[in-house]
Amino acid sequence: MSVDTTAVSHDPIGESVPQRPLVGASGSGWRERGFKYLLWFSLAVGIVTLATLLVYVLVKGWPRLDPRVLTNMPSAILPDRAGAQSAIMGTLWLMVFTALFALPTGILTAVYLEEYADPSRWWNRMIEVNLMNLAAVPSVVFGILGLAFISRGLGLGPTILTGSLTLALLVLPVVVIASREAIRAVPSSIRQGSLALGATQWQTIWRQVLPAATPGMATGSILALSRAIGEAAPLIILGVSFVTFNPNGLTSRFTALPVQIYDWTTQSRTEYLVLAAATSVVLLVILLAMNSVAIYIRNRTQKRR
Amino acid sequence: MTAVTDQTSTVQVSEVIHDDPSRVDVIPVIETKNLTVSYGDYQAVRDVDMVFGKNQITAMIGPSGCGKSTVLRCFNRMNDLVPGARVDGTVTYHGQDLYASDVDIIEVRRRVGMVFQKPNPFPKSIYDNIAYGPRVNSWKVSSMDDLVEEALTKAALWDEVKDKLKTSALALSGGQQQRLCIARCIAVQPDVILMDEPAASLDPISTAKIEDLMQDLVRNYTIIIVTHNMQQAARVSDRTGFFTSDVDEAGVRHGRLVEMGSTKTIFTTPSDKRTEDYVSGRFG
Repeated sequence: MSVDTTAVSHDPIGESVPQRPLVGASGSGWRERGFKYLLWFSLAVGIVTLATLLVYVLVKGWPRLDPRVLTNMPSAILPDRAGAQSAIMGTLWLMVFTALFALPTGILTAVYLEEYADPSRWWNRMIEVNLMNLAAVPSVVFGILGLAFISRGLGLGPTILTGSLTLALLVLPVVVIASREAIRAVPSSIRQGSLALGATQWQTIWRQVLPAATPGMATGSILALSRAIGEAAPLIILGVSFVTFNPNGLTSRFTALPVQIYDWTTQSRTEYLVLAAATSVVLLVILLAMNSVAIYIRNRTQKRR
Repeated sequence: MTAVTDQTSTVQVSEVIHDDPSRVDVIPVIETKNLTVSYGDYQAVRDVDMVFGKNQITAMIGPSGCGKSTVLRCFNRMNDLVPGARVDGTVTYHGQDLYASDVDIIEVRRRVGMVFQKPNPFPKSIYDNIAYGPRVNSWKVSSMDDLVEEALTKAALWDEVKDKLKTSALALSGGQQQRLCIARCIAVQPDVILMDEPAASLDPISTAKIEDLMQDLVRNYTIIIVTHNMQQAARVSDRTGFFTSDVDEAGVRHGRLVEMGSTKTIFTTPSDKRTEDYVSGRFG
C-alpha cells in the first residue's frame, strides 16, 4: 500500500486571509496598560494602609508586648503592672455567645427566606428590605437598643449576656445576607434531584443544601463575627468598662479588648498609649486567627467535594 | 454521502426504527385526559390526551417550547415546585388521580422516578448518591451495600466504579454521572422512570450506552422519555407522541399533542402533515 503524498496540498483559504502584523499586539495599548496600573494603584491603597497600620502598632506596642499583657489585670494607676487578661477573656466569652445566638438564628432565617418564603408576599419583601437596612445601621444604634431593651428593659445589666445579645443583633443581618448568598449558590438541580427521589423539603435542605452551603456560610459568619470582635461603641454605650476580674458566667460583668484599648488611649500617661498599642496587637492576632479558621473551613469543605 | 443529506427521505430513519413485537400491547400505567398546564395566565400546553404503557418506552418528541418537558414533569408532580404552575384535566397513575387532594407527593415521586437533562449527582460519594433515596425514605434495608451494588449493576455502572465507591461522584465522566443518576433512581425501586432528554449533554458513545441501558430497564420499568433527537426516539421507543406549538386566535403560542401512536407508525405513516414534516426533517 503506497500513500499518494501529492494529494496533500496547501490550504488555499489560509493564504487569502490578510494577516495582521504580530508586532505591537493588541494587549499593549495605553488604554490596556493604564487600566492595569489603575487596578494596581487601587490594590496598593488598601495594602499600604493596612501595612502602615500594622507596622505602626507593632513598633509602638513592642516595648510592652510581653507576657504581662496576657497575664495581668488592667490597672488605672500602675501602667507597668497593667495587662489585658480580663479584656481578652471578656472578648472570648463575648465571641462564643455572640456566635451561639447569631449563627443559628441567622442561618435559619436565611433558610426560610431562600427555601420557604414566597417573594410575592408583602411581609417577606418587608423582611428583606429590613435586613438590608439593618446591615447598614451604625453599631452605636445597636448599643442604644441593647441598653434600652436588654440591659434596662430586661434588667440584665452590663453583663456578658447583654453584650453578646447586642453584638448578635448587630451581626445578625450580615450573617443572614452571607448565608442567603451561600444557599442561593447551591444549584437548583441538586434540590430537584433530591426531591425527585422522594426526599421531603426539609430532608433536601438538611442533607443537600446546608452541607453544600457550609463553606460560604462559615466564611461569611466568621467575617461577621470578626466585625463584632472589634466593636467598642455599642459596648461602651452598654456601660461596659474596666473590670479587674475574668468573667465567670453569663451574668458576670466584663470588659472587652476594644473597650480596654479605647480606655487606655484616653489616659494622659504615655505608658498607657504603648500598652494600648500592645493590646491592639493581641486583638489583631485574635482576628487573624479567626480569619484563618474561616479560610481553613472553606478549603477543607471545598476539597471534600 | 449524498443520501444522508437528503432530508425528504424517511428511509434513513425507518431503517433504525425500533420494533419489538413483544412490546406492542399497551397496558396503561399513566394516562392523561385534557391535560392543560398553565404558568400564571399562560397556558404552556393544552388538552393533552396520552396513554403510557407498562414495560414500554414512550417517547415525546417535538420542537423546543412545545411543552414536552412540562407534560413530563406533571407525572411526578415536579411542576408543583414552579411558582404559579397549575395543572388542569386529569393525570392518572394505575387509575388513581395523581392530583387528588389526598395524594402523598413524596410517594408519587418515589414510584415515578426522574432522570434530568443535565447529570445532577449530589456532591457526595458514589455510594452515598445511591444510598440517598433509601435513606431519606427511611427504609430498613438488610444490607445497603447489596442495594448499592444491585442498583449500580442494573444501571451498567458497577464494573466501572466498584473499586471507587467512596470517591466523589463528581469525579465521574458525564456519561457515568448520568448512569449514576439512573442507578440512584432505580435504588428507590420506582415503577416508572421519567427521562428528560437524558442524553442531551452526552457524547455519542455515552448516548449509545444510555440507550442500551433503556432497553434493559424497560423489562422491569415503564419509561417515558422526552427527546429533541428524532433518531433517538426512533431507535429506542415503542410508542411516540409528537408535540408542536401553534398560535391560537389571540396570537398566543401553546404546546399541543399532534398525534400519538406506535413509533413505527409515527415515523413511517403519520396521519398528520406536521408530524410527517417534522420526522422527515423538514422543520424543527
